[in-house]
Amino acid sequence: MAQRKMTVTVTVDGVRYEEEVEPRLLLVHLLRDRLGKTGTPIGCDTGNCGACTVMLDGRSAKSCSVLAVQADGSEILTVEGLASGDEWHPLQRAFHEEHALQCGYCTPGMIMASLDLLQVNPDPDDTEIREGLEGNLCRCTGYANIVRAVRRAAAESREVSGA
Amino acid sequence: MTTSKATTSANTFGGIGGNLPRPDGTLKVRGEFAYSSDLWLEDMLWGATLRSPHVRARILGIDLTEAIAMPGVHAVLTHDDVPGEKHYGLDRRDQPVLAVDQVRYQGEAVAIVAADHPETARRAAKAIKVSYEPLPPVVDPAWALDPASPPIHPGGNVVRRQPVRTGVFLDGPGAPPADVVVVGEYEVGMQDQAFLGPESGLAVPAEDGGVDLYIATQWLHVDRDQLAPCLGLPPELVRLTLAGVGGAFGAREDLSMQVHACMLALRTGRPVKIVYDRQESFFGHVHRHPARMRYEHGADADGRLVYVKAEILLDGGAYCSSSLAVVGNAASLGAGPYEVPNIHIDAYGVYTNNPPCGAMRGFGAVQACFGYESQMDRLAAACGLSPVEIRIRNAVSEGSRIATGQLVDTPAPLAEMLAELAAMPMPDLPAERPGPDLRDLPGGVSQTTRGEGVRHGVGYAVGLKNICYSEGFDDYSTARVRVELLGGKPHVLVHTAAAEVGQGLVTVLAQIARTELGVANVTVAPADTRVGSAGSSSASRQSYMTGGAVRAACAAVRDRLAAHGPAESLTEILALTGPIEETREYRHRPTFPMDPFTGQGDSHTQLALCVHRAVVAVDVELGLVKTVELAAVQDVGRILNPIALEGQIHGASAQGLGLALMEEIQMEGGRVLNPSFTDYLIPTILDMPPMRLSILEHPDPHAPYGLRGAGEPATLSSTPAIVAAVRNATGLELPRVPIRPEHIALT
Repeated sequence: MAQRKMTVTVTVDGVRYEEEVEPRLLLVHLLRDRLGKTGTPIGCDTGNCGACTVMLDGRSAKSCSVLAVQADGSEILTVEGLASGDEWHPLQRAFHEEHALQCGYCTPGMIMASLDLLQVNPDPDDTEIREGLEGNLCRCTGYANIVRAVRRAAAESREVSGA
Repeated sequence: MTTSKATTSANTFGGIGGNLPRPDGTLKVRGEFAYSSDLWLEDMLWGATLRSPHVRARILGIDLTEAIAMPGVHAVLTHDDVPGEKHYGLDRRDQPVLAVDQVRYQGEAVAIVAADHPETARRAAKAIKVSYEPLPPVVDPAWALDPASPPIHPGGNVVRRQPVRTGVFLDGPGAPPADVVVVGEYEVGMQDQAFLGPESGLAVPAEDGGVDLYIATQWLHVDRDQLAPCLGLPPELVRLTLAGVGGAFGAREDLSMQVHACMLALRTGRPVKIVYDRQESFFGHVHRHPARMRYEHGADADGRLVYVKAEILLDGGAYCSSSLAVVGNAASLGAGPYEVPNIHIDAYGVYTNNPPCGAMRGFGAVQACFGYESQMDRLAAACGLSPVEIRIRNAVSEGSRIATGQLVDTPAPLAEMLAELAAMPMPDLPAERPGPDLRDLPGGVSQTTRGEGVRHGVGYAVGLKNICYSEGFDDYSTARVRVELLGGKPHVLVHTAAAEVGQGLVTVLAQIARTELGVANVTVAPADTRVGSAGSSSASRQSYMTGGAVRAACAAVRDRLAAHGPAESLTEILALTGPIEETREYRHRPTFPMDPFTGQGDSHTQLALCVHRAVVAVDVELGLVKTVELAAVQDVGRILNPIALEGQIHGASAQGLGLALMEEIQMEGGRVLNPSFTDYLIPTILDMPPMRLSILEHPDPHAPYGLRGAGEPATLSSTPAIVAAVRNATGLELPRVPIRPEHIALT
């Protein structure tokens, strides 16, 4: 069963890691099992639920659908690296205060997918928010408060950037 | 959009009635909340489970040789290694920890492995050689009713039969005369709870010979009470702590890997972690009972119900789980929240070789609700009345009796709720003409037409759900409340064993403690078995029961403080007394068994109502449905936390939408065809429409703060409202949920 190992170098939440991995290792397992980044959960194994969404070189990606070796040389941002110290990202604040989570298992992926959405479209309407998050499943909330949280975070982000 | 008739005013220090954010939300939005699947100990082993590929088979032999010989494998165990009782179960101890002589459903656990790496554990499980002799399975629940069907357990295949008889039906099955009679046969498919965080836990062997289990569950003490006998240990040596729970919805009421992880840990002397993947999760927990129902409603010319006859057949699958109570619910709530003078219901739960079914949000009331609400629409059409009018004419109110003869002795303003729902503004409908925005069409941007076949429809439904445990169950919760000075300031610690599964209980318990003690600084301790049982996080009962227990413990603390006189401040008293701690058990008013022949009895402690209106767009050519809007009115007695409550109603409505339009575990000969999120579909953010809510507060004088359990009722009424709207758009009968495209387009 021994496989050829490969070296991957990734920067995760601002920290550089060099790891020997089997070529078949998924990025989400590199994050969780090797780097201890358990803030990114696994929900389905089949790319459907989006719980494991991270930012890979500035765009959202389901980390269960990327091999660790494909991420070699990449900059990865997980939900754990989103806040600057005690200063939360507007999306984190909005998800918390708008009650956009219950069990919270989808939240890391939901927030990272929303981050990508707001990058592309800083002022989305509700329909655009729903389209932007259709790849992320939530079983608890019925999504209403998630839409509201993203709308609020978008407004706050625009205020901050003076747009 | 929510309008609330709340009279509760949010107070300034975080007591009940306010939109308090969840205390665990700070960790959850930072990725720092430890779910059971995140647990890690340096020297831990990984467990894996070998499951039966057969639906029903005799086990002729199990050869472990190859698996044991694999490097990295520390233990391979079968039923021979179960230290104590070999069976467990909620209502009956009929489910083997590991299959003994036969397997009764596809996916039944046969052997378990512990190894130093999860992949090694899985490979070793595959290397176990089991020799099976397949047997003909019983997969048709109607056949299971037949005494001639092969018994799946000793005693036959009928788990419970519960009749309900009132009025003329006490004398025999002959129906009284009625001007209008409508008959319908309905079917509900097998729904999965589909929580996002799969089953997982970590068992750690202890020096005293016991075991500590960190587990995502709904009821720590009932887990322990099933675990300890199987492990051959006294309960005090089996200690459970709640690990982070990624949703529950009933699926964590039964044991999954609890005994397996503990057996492996005790055998190897090492911590053992087990995490199911999504596919294993589909085999690792019970599902919602599929149902086949026949209803006959008789009414007078004005649409007033004269009688209801119903047969409800629930497929319990291979093991009992909570089927006894599910059958009780289907029977007692089977006529719905209507005044009916003559009732004849027979509800059955049967064993089959299908996957075991048990608790899921709505618990037996969901299936019956789809039946009786479909009937009310038929009756409305037959009487020439609107769906709202027929329901208002027959609605229960305070002073009515439900099917069990139980008096509705609290406010039940169903007619007013329906009137309010019907008066809510309708959503703007996309134009029914070629060339609209594709995004507004059923199927969204995947639409292959220009919407020529799109029709709109509106549907209404109501639901009746029991809150808390019923039928004489000794239902209680325990809370320990400690007040002390921390850093010179009063601090309250609330300790219960109640499982926070995402519903927001920790927020509400802290709010209650603040309200009762007037102390802002409240911490809710992690739930574990060092405090008495809190009962299950199910049956919409925790705000009521553990909320009630916290309130009682706070009152006891207050009494002790009061002994020191009103003049002194809390800080001064605590400086004198040191910490003050009180533990209290809380019970709701007693319930009673249903009579085995007539179903009569005060079997429920509280009843809750929800009503839904659904607006849908249906592409009748492609069979696609888009739910345009859901509106709901629910009476919760008293709002403890408005935003969290709305979240519960939204989420419950979404699960009802899933059952109406997409969610079903599909089976062929007892084999599951779709155990993945690729093939088992749950509503996405595009499937779930915006909601319009109105939340009413008519207090229940028997409940703490007058509250009414709120987690489940919206799951009931959302499904039949959506189906009614699709029927309204298409003119089709649609007697089965979930509705599939071919039910619409190919009929």
